[in-house]
This record gives sequence, C-alpha cells and structure tokens, in this order.
Amino acid sequence: MTVISEPSSESAEATPQFEKAAQRKESRRGFFLALPSYLYLIIFFVIPLAIVLVYSFATRNRFGGTDLSGWNFASYERIAEPIVRTILFRSLWLAFLTTIICLLIAYPFAYFLATRRPAIRNVMLVFVMIPFWTNFLVRNFAWRVILGNDGPLTKTTEFLGLGTHELLFSQKAVVLGLVYGYLPFMILPLYAAIERIDGQLIEASRDLYGSGWQSFRNVLLPLSMPGVIAGSILVFIPSLGAYVTPEILGGAKTTLLGSYIVTQFLTARNWPFGAALSFVLMAVMLVGTVIYFRKGGRTL
Amino acid sequence: MTAAVELKAITKKFGDVVAVDNVDLAIEDGEFFAMLGPSGCGKTTTLRMIAGLEFPTQGSLSIFGEEVGTLAPNKRSVNTVFQNYALFPHLTVLENVGFGLKMQGVDKSETRSRSMEMIELVQLEGLEDRKPSQMSGGQQQRVALARALVNQPKVLLLDEPLGALDQKLRQEMQLELKKLQRDVGISFVFVTHDQEEALTMSDRIAVMHEGKLLQVATPEEIYETPANRFVADFIGRTNLLEGTVSDSETVILTNGTPIRAHSNFAAGTRVSISIRPERAKISQQNEDGNPLSSVNGTVETITYLGNARVYGVKFTWMSLEVREENRPGIELYEPGTPITVSWDHDAISVVAD
Repeated sequence: MTVISEPSSESAEATPQFEKAAQRKESRRGFFLALPSYLYLIIFFVIPLAIVLVYSFATRNRFGGTDLSGWNFASYERIAEPIVRTILFRSLWLAFLTTIICLLIAYPFAYFLATRRPAIRNVMLVFVMIPFWTNFLVRNFAWRVILGNDGPLTKTTEFLGLGTHELLFSQKAVVLGLVYGYLPFMILPLYAAIERIDGQLIEASRDLYGSGWQSFRNVLLPLSMPGVIAGSILVFIPSLGAYVTPEILGGAKTTLLGSYIVTQFLTARNWPFGAALSFVLMAVMLVGTVIYFRKGGRTL
Repeated sequence: MTAAVELKAITKKFGDVVAVDNVDLAIEDGEFFAMLGPSGCGKTTTLRMIAGLEFPTQGSLSIFGEEVGTLAPNKRSVNTVFQNYALFPHLTVLENVGFGLKMQGVDKSETRSRSMEMIELVQLEGLEDRKPSQMSGGQQQRVALARALVNQPKVLLLDEPLGALDQKLRQEMQLELKKLQRDVGISFVFVTHDQEEALTMSDRIAVMHEGKLLQVATPEEIYETPANRFVADFIGRTNLLEGTVSDSETVILTNGTPIRAHSNFAAGTRVSISIRPERAKISQQNEDGNPLSSVNGTVETITYLGNARVYGVKFTWMSLEVREENRPGIELYEPGTPITVSWDHDAISVVAD
C-alpha cells in the first residue's frame, strides 16, 4: 500500500468547530463501549492486584496471620535466598526450554499449515484446537497415566528391550507436559503470521539466488517475527507461572515457582512472602510483554 | 548461435490440467520477447518454468545451451520482475536491490556500490532508504527492475510488469522498459495479456491459447497475417466473416456472397476473413463499387473516440465495425444512412478456424 504523508488540505480547511465536536462525540462513544471492560478490569484485576501489593510489604505474625502495620521489604529480600533463587531460575529455565521446544515444533507445522489449501487448513486447525475441548487437569492426568510406571510408554520401551524409563516426576515430564499444553498457543500466532506473508516473496528470494535456508533466514523468519514473539510470550508466561502441570507431572523433586507460591499461601501461611513472589513473577512477565509490544509495534 | 532460452516439447501439467501443451520456442539473445494470451493460457506458467519456479512435466528447457529443466531458481542466471513486484516489505530499497548480490556472497561494499549504481539507473537516487510501502506503484516497479538487473542476469523475465500501473504511467514505462532493454542488451521475456502493450514493445510475440503456442512472429506479421481465427481476434480489433474457400482467390461467405481473398487453403476449407476496422472504408452507397470487395448496408451505431469514429454497420445477415480517423473534412454518416463498406483486396486476410 502506498503511504503518502501529505497533509490533506481538505481537512485543514474544514470548519474546525464541527470537526472537534464530531471527534468529542466519537471518543465519548468509545468510552461508553469500553466501560464494561474497564469496570471488569478494575474490580477483578486492579483491586486484587493492589491488595497483593499491599500484602507483599506486610509482615507475617507468629500465628500465621498477617500484620498490615509496619511495612517493610523483608519479603522481597528473601527472594535472594538460595532456595528461592534456585526455584526461580529453575522455573525460568524450564519455561525457556518449553518455549524453544514449542517454537521448534510449531514453526514447521505452522508453515505447513499456512501453505495448504484453505479446506485442509481449517480441518487441521480444528485438530490443533481439539485438546481444548477436554479439561486441562484431566489432560495432565492422562499424561500421568501415559508416563507412569505401568503406563504404555514404559511398557513399550520394555517390550522393545530399551529398559524402563522413569519419566514421571521429573523435569523432563514437566517440560513435556508444558509443551503439550501450550503448543497450540505457539502454533496459532505463528500460523496467523506466516499465512499473511505473500508466497511470492519466497519465490522472489529464490529467484534472487537465495537458497532455501537463506530465504527462510532473510525473508520468512523476519516477516513472521511478530508471530514468533507473540507465540513465545504466550507460551513463556504461562509456563513460568505454571502450577497444575508441575504439580501433577513434576512430583516433589521439582518445585517450581507456581507451586512454591501456593505453598507460601496455603501451607507456610506466609502471605506477604507469597505476595512478594507473585509480584516478582508478574514483573518478569510484564517486561516480556512490553518487549513484545515494542517489537511488534516496530515490525507490524 | 545458441538461443538465450530454448523450449523443446515442453509440457506442464497440474494434476489433470494441462497448463502448457507441447510448446517449442526459441528466444534469441538481446530480443524483447512478449508472451501474449488471455489469462489461463499458460504464458505465466511458461515464464515460471524458465525462472525455475515450476518444473516442466516433460520436455527440455535450456538457457544458453545449458539444460536447466529441474535446476533450482537460485542456480539459474535469470531474474524475474514479479507481477506485484514482490518487494521485501521489511527491507529498504537499497537492501531490496542488494538482496541478490548478498545471497551470492558478494562483499558488502561492492553490493552497496553496485546497488547504488542500479538505483541511479532507474532514477530512484535519494529514495534508497525508503521502505517499499512508502513508494508509489511506479517507483516500486523501478525497484523491482533494479533488484533483478543488478545481478546482471542473462535473461530478464517480466510477469505482467505494467499491470498494476495506471494508463499514463504504463505508457511511460513501456518506452522506458524498451530503452532499458536496449541499454542492457540482454533479452527481456515479457508476459502480458495486453495485446497493445505486446505490439508496442516487442521484437517478437508468442501468442498462446489454452496451453498451446499459436504463433510466434514479429508484431507486423502477427497483425497482418494472423495464423488463425483466435490470433486475428485477439490481436487488435477485427471483423471476422465466416465462409468457405472456393479457389485460391475467392471465399464464399455463409450467405453466398463471393469475396475476393487470397489464400493457400484447399477449396472447401472453412475459414474466416479478417477485415480490420481501420482497413475498411465507408462511403455513400453506390453501385459502381467492386462487388467482390465491398458490401452495402446501413449505419447502425456511431462510437465517438475523439481521434476516430467507429461505425457499427448493419447488413441483412451480419454487422461490421468500420473505424474512421477523425480528420478534418471527412464526411459524417448518421445512423440509418445507407452506405457502402469497401476494402482493398490485399488489406484483408484469410484465417483458419
């Protein structure tokens, strides 16, 4: 499309007071349309968040209650403790691993999908969505059965003479579960991004002496970057805070941030510390999201 | 001399659909060559096979004597100007133009200087840091040309390169392309559905229809002696009168009127006589015209074109179009006027159905 940055002389000459009134009316209408969402966000997001923030500066008293007087940073200071640091880094590492694996699996698939005929595409997209029709918890328990000691996986490896593989209750099992759970969130934005790319650009690259790899590297990948970033954030953030999958597939050996926060609230009854951890987690996610929007804004 | 591009018995099938049907074609070096035909005639598929973007199902395709049948596009020394230019939207003009050199591993400073030279050649200096989306259609077209030519291809392929431009710009670019081709000296193979464009620009034209090559000839030959009815009808406007050959100098029209028309067809062959609207003359009805090269009728419609008038002339059994240049002092005929349409017997051609 051609963008000509030329001031439209017509609008400059239009009577300004009418135009301003129209603009005001337009923005008022927009406000009313957005009002329900604003209210929802304030009641269910901003206010609880504010409560969590307040609690994170409070102190746990001896009986497991929370004293709101005497604000301090003690809970935030505890994050530097080795055990907390280990859990934080482990969570970051597993979320990162999950994201990379999802990306590696989803990209070729999304490309394949985007280059099919529309009829085939739609069928395959439905296949991508089918897992969502079953409860997430149930699907995780299904993996527990598959990976379990007497599960089909072990049986198969034993039958093939490859010995038993205890995948369940390991980090591998957690990553597997997370990849399985969040793969669609990687596929869909990648598909949307790749599908929008004009196939002729790849042909042009090939025609201009680009090999298959060079064409991917110089044309396809940069043009699908918004999808790569969107998908990565959609996978990384929930993986980082994941609770259900690590609980069910990870067992006691691999505590992750999500489980640790829950423990602080429910078992250790240290609400301020749990709140502080939640806030740090959210800050990490926020940084990711901001990067996404800035990157996205530049390339879109 | 080896041909720049040579196709021998090339067939391309997509499933059961035959897109290109047993085509033999030789394009000479330095030639401005047009492939002309209605959409779906196989001209673009042929071009894409030369580019390596499609591979032929059968036959042999060579570029300067080297067989390239199934060679990948990046291994062929031809470049393409795509229909909608296919400029890389995430790259600047300079990066777009330098793309091919970069892919070939030419070093950065040489890529830059050669790209800049090319940008100057297509008169876009000063715009090298723009993105394609910030340029007009005509400018994008130049970028596409520069991006292809900077690689010094042996043959340049152009797929409807002027299709997206408006009429005036299109005519300007026609002349410019022609000049560019002469300057660069390589052959340009040019796909178009616009017969006027093909006539104006090309040294030779290949007319295609339904995957088959109907005629390959100079614009004059194609216009004056079309190979068949389709070519006659597709190139320029024409009146086609159906009839049967009676002898080498006479064709009997379907209503029984004999017309003097030279042909080499055997007697009894079903043919059409092609009379170009501008070759026919219109005059007051008179009886002293040669009955073998004139017919009487009445004016039915007049279309005013500014530089000419086209008369729709009605006969009892058919109608004809006659075009008359808008010169000073010409006689005008109102609808309903009885007139005679006549022509020189060598100004018409007989074509096979």
